[in-house]
Amino acid sequence: MDLSRRHLLAGLGSAPVLLSASAAMAQGIQPKRGGVLNVILNPEPPVLQIGINNQTPTLIQGTKITQGLLKFSPTLEPMPELAKSWTVSPDGLVYEFKLQENVKWHDGRPFTADDVIFSVMSFNKEVAPRLRGVIAGIAEATAPDPHTARFVLKQAFQPFLLCFDATALPMVAKHVYDGTDFRANPANARPIGTGPFKFVEWQRGNFVRMERFDGYWKPGQPYLDGILWRVIPDGQSRRLAIQSGQVQMTTATDIEPFDIPALRQAPNLDVVTKGWEYFSPLFWFEVNHRIKPFDDKRVRQAMSMALDRNFIVNRLWFGLGKAATGPISSTTRFHDPSVKLAPFDMNKAKALLDEAGVRANAQGVRGSFKYVIPPYGEIWNRMGEYFRQAMRQIGFEVTLESTDAGTWASRVANWDYEATSNVLYQFGDPTLGVERSYVTSNIQKILFTNTAGYSNPKVDELFAKARTSGNEAERKAAFSEVQKLLVEDMPLLWVVEVNYPTVTDKRLRNAVQLGTGNHASFDDVFLA
Amino acid sequence: MSRLPGFLLRRALKSVVVILAIVVCNFLLIHAAPGDPAMVMAGQSGSADPQYMEQLRRQFGLDRPLIEQLWIYLKGVLHLDLGFSHRQQVGVAQLILDRLPATLLLTGMAFAIAISGGVTLGALAARRVGTWADSVITVIALAFYATPLFWVGLMLVLLFSVHLEWLPSFGMTDPGLNQEGFALWLDVAKHLVLPAVTLGLFYLAVYARLTRATMLEVADQDFVKTARAKGVPEGRVLRAHVLRNALLPVITFAGIQAGQLVGGSILVETVFAWPGIGRLAFEALLARDYQVLMGVFFITSVMVVLFNLLTDLLYALIDPRVEMA
Repeated sequence: MDLSRRHLLAGLGSAPVLLSASAAMAQGIQPKRGGVLNVILNPEPPVLQIGINNQTPTLIQGTKITQGLLKFSPTLEPMPELAKSWTVSPDGLVYEFKLQENVKWHDGRPFTADDVIFSVMSFNKEVAPRLRGVIAGIAEATAPDPHTARFVLKQAFQPFLLCFDATALPMVAKHVYDGTDFRANPANARPIGTGPFKFVEWQRGNFVRMERFDGYWKPGQPYLDGILWRVIPDGQSRRLAIQSGQVQMTTATDIEPFDIPALRQAPNLDVVTKGWEYFSPLFWFEVNHRIKPFDDKRVRQAMSMALDRNFIVNRLWFGLGKAATGPISSTTRFHDPSVKLAPFDMNKAKALLDEAGVRANAQGVRGSFKYVIPPYGEIWNRMGEYFRQAMRQIGFEVTLESTDAGTWASRVANWDYEATSNVLYQFGDPTLGVERSYVTSNIQKILFTNTAGYSNPKVDELFAKARTSGNEAERKAAFSEVQKLLVEDMPLLWVVEVNYPTVTDKRLRNAVQLGTGNHASFDDVFLA
Repeated sequence: MSRLPGFLLRRALKSVVVILAIVVCNFLLIHAAPGDPAMVMAGQSGSADPQYMEQLRRQFGLDRPLIEQLWIYLKGVLHLDLGFSHRQQVGVAQLILDRLPATLLLTGMAFAIAISGGVTLGALAARRVGTWADSVITVIALAFYATPLFWVGLMLVLLFSVHLEWLPSFGMTDPGLNQEGFALWLDVAKHLVLPAVTLGLFYLAVYARLTRATMLEVADQDFVKTARAKGVPEGRVLRAHVLRNALLPVITFAGIQAGQLVGGSILVETVFAWPGIGRLAFEALLARDYQVLMGVFFITSVMVVLFNLLTDLLYALIDPRVEMA
């Protein structure tokens, strides 16, 4: 192979180096060695191995133990992790990763390209539903030498590199998993990885203990002696724990938005909202298109116009995010800033409903429907209450229904709902995280598919084109077109691009640097 | 007492039938709840496809007919095998055993606080009925009885953990200290204070009210008047005649409560992040982790039946007029 003829993508890694290696040094702070970091783990995951379980807390704690080949900057540029460099052939078919040398598993065995091939082609192929299609597109996976892994694709797939983050394609040890039932492997509860921290102890319902891995491949790192993950199931108790300094970090949904203003004032704490660029969680209200009048796009447009997104962001989320402008978040690739939602306007909304033939009766009521509140915390209740108020203004009577996780999942999956809300991750590229909610082929009786039942052949065609095209400009054009169509059709009522808060003790450094935020190895995190 | 073996045998047989009926009812009720563990897992993972759902359901044994699942479970229970949590990849008996010491420590301590404090305060109030001491005790008992547990818990945390910084607000130990022996014991004791007091205060109020009411009722009865008339000292009248007779309803209530000790307290365990069985059961319910939930129910029902039996025996001991039948 002639290296020079290949598009050398590894050079892109140079931009983020200044981020990764030592943001602390840049600030003139010498990393301090030692100390144990206490972090809240909530809810407690059923197993600790990424891939076997992909709940947010599993991913946040698991990324300290298990690593990926790449990691991603806030602008979604790939950065070296277990791969020190990589090349992509000009036709976008051949991806070759050069691996770091001297990487060891926590049990002392060396990490090699065989582990990479096994992780992708066996382990993740079976356990990762989201990437099954991507892995099925790999024609050939080989390890030409112990420190090179090579993937040949059947056809070009631009978001391929984005899949090599630890949260998507985690690298697991072949000698631990090969030939076993992956989901029943005892290592799922005592993971073995290549990361800076090794698993020590898990007292269920209480804590998970990790300690510094002395054989970690970056010399002198990690700085922390260990991490203690404390299980605290009650939201107010979590807030008191961070406020009183008993823990030094909370992540994701640990703290309810309404507690954030007080924590921002606390002298010992920092509140950071960066670090969600890779996931770009998008909150939306969802109506079931199979139920009249939600099949009429004018009705959905009118409902969207009745939502004051700025009010929602400022008063319900307390600034933890920004108003959504369409189906693709502003932090996801191919977001088209020229696409805009129709502005908040109650009168226009009512006029549009009249035009659609959904008229008010003598009492001013146009119809009534039920809204299933997802059972994931207080903010979901408040969003439901806001939705009811907003809909009442345009003549819809909404009844709120409370559920538990099992009931909500089963009702949405079985299309047994009229309206609800949801948050979905976008994973950096619309093909990976946006397409699934809109294409006809993904109308399934399964959560996180196109459960609303939206179908538009033109949209299907554009998403398909963007998925298979190896040409960046072509994809960009297709996605711009899709965003215009979707904003017109309003299949879902996008509301907030959510930025969950990371609350840290002021002494904690480097906790949020990547586009994946806390989903990082923490090998350069320290307590000053 | 010669009737004791026959009594025990009859009660044991009845208990087995009751427990089996409970197991079957639990099984059917739990499976009637919407959703299943695979759906909950998909919901928590943020992505799924048909193959994934099918794999999970097969692994969990959910692809078999319900009646077959019930039969497998019953067979297991009869062999004292509580099954396996596929969600958590651990045997149910193991999960419960891991949590049992924490729960028994918390509920046992709360139970002790409640009974000793409650009966003492109740007796004091009854003795000084109508005085300011009685009023103070009654009002405090009523306040603790009426206040939601979680709120009392949070207020105690605010005072003792956040403001005074005397006691930790969550967990059972400080895992950062790696302690052993006496130091560990002391650490657990420090962590135990707030949750045990929170849980204990509620029941303390119940016992205080119950003791006071029944003592006042008994104090008016003829045999008490007789005792006083024949010159028995007042302290002895209260202890031997009034309190002893007033204890029967207290024991009944304590018996019921003791049966539930194993079940833990969902609220207190949640607020104080205490790693007990109540939370295990609650989280299992939300996750539709059927086997774990049924395991906890099974153990709890066995305990309730056992403590009912004990209570009956205790009645006969305290009041020889009560017969075993």
